[in-house]
Amino acid sequence: MKNDKQAPQVPGRREALKKGAALGAAATLGFPAIVRAQADTIKLGHLTPRTGFLGQLGDYGFKAASMAVDEINAAGGLLGRKVELIAEDSVNPQTAVSKAQKLAEREKVLALIGEINSASALAIAEQALRYKLPFFNTGANSDALRGKNCNRYMFHIEGCNTMYTKTIGTWQKAENKIKGAKWYMLTADYAFGHDLFRVSSRFLKENGGELINNDMVPTNTADYSAYILKIRQAKPDLVYINLAGVDQTTFLKQYKEYNLPYPLAGGVMDTIPFWAAGIESISGHWQSLWFHGLNVPSAQAFTKRFLDKNGFPPDNQAWGDYVGVKIMAQTIAETKSTDPPKFIEYLEKGASFDILKARAGTFRNWDHQLLQEMYVVKVKDKAAMKDKWDIFEIVRPVPAAGESLELIQPTKEENGCTMA
Amino acid sequence: MTSIILEQILNGLLVGSYYIVLSLGLSLIFSLGGVVNLAHGAFYALGAYFAYEVQRRLGFGGAMVLAPIGVALVGVALEQLFLRRLYRADPMLGLLFTFGLAMTAEQTLRMIWGASGLPFPIPPGLRGQLLIGDFIYSYYRLTVLAVSIATITACWLLLTRTAFGMVVRAGTRDPEMVRAMGVSLRPAQAAVFALGVGLAGLAGVMSAPLAGVQPAMGTEILTATFVVVVIGGLGSFWGVVVAGLLVGVVRGVTVVFYPPAAEASMYVLMALILLFRPRGLMGEKFEKFE
Repeated sequence: MKNDKQAPQVPGRREALKKGAALGAAATLGFPAIVRAQADTIKLGHLTPRTGFLGQLGDYGFKAASMAVDEINAAGGLLGRKVELIAEDSVNPQTAVSKAQKLAEREKVLALIGEINSASALAIAEQALRYKLPFFNTGANSDALRGKNCNRYMFHIEGCNTMYTKTIGTWQKAENKIKGAKWYMLTADYAFGHDLFRVSSRFLKENGGELINNDMVPTNTADYSAYILKIRQAKPDLVYINLAGVDQTTFLKQYKEYNLPYPLAGGVMDTIPFWAAGIESISGHWQSLWFHGLNVPSAQAFTKRFLDKNGFPPDNQAWGDYVGVKIMAQTIAETKSTDPPKFIEYLEKGASFDILKARAGTFRNWDHQLLQEMYVVKVKDKAAMKDKWDIFEIVRPVPAAGESLELIQPTKEENGCTMA
Repeated sequence: MTSIILEQILNGLLVGSYYIVLSLGLSLIFSLGGVVNLAHGAFYALGAYFAYEVQRRLGFGGAMVLAPIGVALVGVALEQLFLRRLYRADPMLGLLFTFGLAMTAEQTLRMIWGASGLPFPIPPGLRGQLLIGDFIYSYYRLTVLAVSIATITACWLLLTRTAFGMVVRAGTRDPEMVRAMGVSLRPAQAAVFALGVGLAGLAGVMSAPLAGVQPAMGTEILTATFVVVVIGGLGSFWGVVVAGLLVGVVRGVTVVFYPPAAEASMYVLMALILLFRPRGLMGEKFEKFE
């Protein structure tokens, strides 16, 4: 209900039903003009978890995607037609499949955009391949999606686990925090965590660090005291968490509660769990795909528009879904086409996109990962915060301005992909 | 190694005390009304959200007192409007109603306070750690322990030393007989529901600084609450107390040896106990539940 109010262009189920009925009536009554106007919109499918433990991230993504569509329509639409965003809640992989099929078959969308859960993203990618529609993954991190599960119709705006690991790792190496250091890891005990653990422990080993222990932690753990007591006994040089979402928030809060002297870092960083933990519970250096404090004019303009509309600034998930819609819009406008194979060709050919960062982004042709800079960020002093969302200061982009964007990417040897 | 395990056992007792407060409410409501309150987690979440609001104005102490009372009032309203009609109906109806209530509540929390988690730091006066030998305790958790013990004691006194408690215990065992004696159970049922959800609310307040405040928090905690009640045995006060502590300790020790099974450990414990004591650790044979 809330969404209907905020984003009138997105029909709820009931609204869709009414529209469908109106459409049917119009057709039988002989108003072909109206029917054609309806069929003439360019439809994009937004499919992301809006409820469940990823729901809070998904909601930001949805708001940003609708905002992107509004902006496109305000600027005259695409190919002289209005753009319509059909949004669905993917909840879990099974639902993701049926919703993707519905969007492709019934709504005839030209692209699918969204997702956070890697298992759901894989399921959607299979449908994208089947219906030959581009799917822009805006939130699933698993390397496998870019590697052994890659496919021609899936494009990744979200960074993969290796990119996150190498971003913070590049900084840690420069600060001499890896060689000879003893790390203690906590890993979320599901596909995402395992994938991240594989990447981060490999990076640690390759750079001369030692993994003294790794605990596989069940998801939705509410109490980390038992783990923190173990860490305290182990006396590591650094605690590295391969956790995400609510688990990350809970751990950050409780780690601060015990005030252990061992610094904290982690395999991924989403802004929302850090906002939820609050400035008093977080510390250290982290890696970020995008943060609204980024001092780039296009990023600042996007932040302002989002803030004015919603009352809070965009997070990295909002960035992903916004950029996803904008990339798709540019693709349609540039190819002057609604033909998906043309889209794929355009995207693979190295088209350049404004992704609200200092450097433009392009898709790497052999695994479809968006080549882009990431950032090392540092938790701000409470006194220096402008508002409650202003929790990070940006330390540096990785790769640095003059370096190749490939620097943080997995190599073909690390994560090979053979497109189907 | 022994000291590590000892530390985990002590920590587990601490964690367990908080499970007890949560589960006691569920157990009481079920014992007297026969309603399986699937919305118990929702009241727990509501407690945390109320605490978030009160704490900003009156501090954490105020939240500790007012939020559970607020939750209890919401509970009474729901009991009077809906639940009381379901006490003598098919148990399935109560189950369905509270299940629906839980989902509605979670969505309502989302609509009012947003889908994202809310920051809830540990109150400044309770930060810091106590070192005893090589063991470490956070002041906040020790506070939670103290409040839990006080709450459990107060509940026990209420149930065993007052006229109200006598009606509740009698009503739990044999409601027909209580009615035959000319005592109406209605007020007691309403009061027990208020008390039960109030306890859930209190647990929510205590957990907010530790685990944060977010709409799905109630759903996540609900299963553990049920497990504690089932292990303890229906209608048994001390059963819940022992079960809560046991779950806390078993979980902590599992983390030392095999963390992936940490959350599953309580289910294994439940299965083992039900195998040998089908009514739970201290469950008694009640005619109305057989």
